[in-house]
Amino acid sequence: MDDSVHSSPNKSPLGTGDGEPLTVNFTLNGKATSLQVAPNAVLLDVLREQLQLGGTKKGCDHGQCGACTVHVDGQAMNSCLRLAAMCEGQHVTTVEGLSRDGELHPVQQSFLECDAFQCGYCTPGQMMSASALLADERIGTDDASVKEAMSGNICRCGAYKNILEAIQQARLAYDATAERGSVQRKEGAA
Amino acid sequence: MRPFAFSRADSVDHAAHQTAPTAAFVAGGTTLLDLVKLDVMRPTALVDINTLPLKRVERLDDGRLKIGALVTNTDLAHHEEVKAHYPVLSQALLAGASTQLRNMATTAGNVMQRTRCPYYRDPAAACNRRAPGSGCDARDGINRMHAVLGGSTDCVAVHPSDMCVAMAAIGATLTLKGPDGEREVAFGEFHRLPGDTPHIEHDLRDGELITAITLDAPLVPAGSHYLKLRDRASYEFALASCAAQLSLDGELIGEARVALGGVATKPWRCAEAEAALVGQPAEIASFERAAEIALADARPLAHNGFKVTLAKQAIVRALREAARCAGETQEASA
Repeated sequence: MDDSVHSSPNKSPLGTGDGEPLTVNFTLNGKATSLQVAPNAVLLDVLREQLQLGGTKKGCDHGQCGACTVHVDGQAMNSCLRLAAMCEGQHVTTVEGLSRDGELHPVQQSFLECDAFQCGYCTPGQMMSASALLADERIGTDDASVKEAMSGNICRCGAYKNILEAIQQARLAYDATAERGSVQRKEGAA
Repeated sequence: MRPFAFSRADSVDHAAHQTAPTAAFVAGGTTLLDLVKLDVMRPTALVDINTLPLKRVERLDDGRLKIGALVTNTDLAHHEEVKAHYPVLSQALLAGASTQLRNMATTAGNVMQRTRCPYYRDPAAACNRRAPGSGCDARDGINRMHAVLGGSTDCVAVHPSDMCVAMAAIGATLTLKGPDGEREVAFGEFHRLPGDTPHIEHDLRDGELITAITLDAPLVPAGSHYLKLRDRASYEFALASCAAQLSLDGELIGEARVALGGVATKPWRCAEAEAALVGQPAEIASFERAAEIALADARPLAHNGFKVTLAKQAIVRALREAARCAGETQEASA
């Protein structure tokens, strides 16, 4: 192995562990977080094992099932294909950070009301994708667009019908809240 | 996962000087980390390039569109310039992967994505692309998903990208920055045919970084279409796909661009089929002739003979839709 590539201070003792840890600073569920992580530590594993946030699930570990979906700077991403070290300065939201002030996110509420899960293992990932798509104006609001946008989240129980229903129901509450928010913002600005 | 060192690039120049053959740049990481976990790729060091200023999309004075290497697949698909002037690229991007992966994946990373050949992805299998000289288990294995165009005795793995198929049809130039300075490579020459060196996948030298991809000026007035045929409707790689662009001169075809995905070892531009379309009536018979020409050199394996038929049908349907769009454009401008 060519040692000359290690021009960074994080010299990795190859084959003898995970290399020297490095510091990563990011905002996790609204809180400033500073962590020592191994260079090859994956965000999903850091969330679950280092930070004890077990809501984010490990399914395939290869970006194929979506169980590990989190928001990074507001966008849905597979935390299994992202190094923790790559999150420097970013805002990471997990399912634990989806509710606000003790109130469930509209998506969480509608998943309950629509019975949008069976075993529940994929549910955190489903809800993270669903909440991101409601906030993304580039994604259409019709059923076909929602299905397409959700296709990166597999549900082996097959609760898709109720998941779709839950998302469309959540949209009504979400849009009402967003509208209220914009009114408040306008009032705040005046 | 094997250990590796990690550093963050603080400038393009620094990044281009920093890396050795055993290091890799990481942007979206969607292919790289997947393959590191599978022990297919074994970088000793990763250089994170996400903070480099390569996220702009700009229209150049000559009409071309310069896309920064780090523009995400999502942002590129929804960019106003792309939707307005290169809808075929927008369609191709949105036909690929999942929402999450498109949010992470970058333009240059998509160009660099590796084949989905299951034998390449399995270190226990023989694969000349992953382990030169070890053989090819796909040739006599399960090869339903493999290439019918551009293959060799040593490798028949398909290039998996949708975005690259659209770029092959549009025409583009890659800007590469390396220790010896900057150079440009035509998109069609960047990816290599496997030949007897399938492990050499592209024309990127040690330490070089893709900094931008510049699309040729759009065809006008023109129509285009990206058609992707696959085993399920979403989040699946193509069995056959076609990016088509046409400009009309009255009832006749002015210029034509045709590229194929899912059936070839690299993004596959069909230059002879394009030439055969010029000056012909924009009708099914012309499209079918072009499709025959495009697949004339097809070499199917035991399980993928259906791809020859499927690719021809993809070409005809994509051209038909492109011609319909071109007709609308022509009418609107008349």
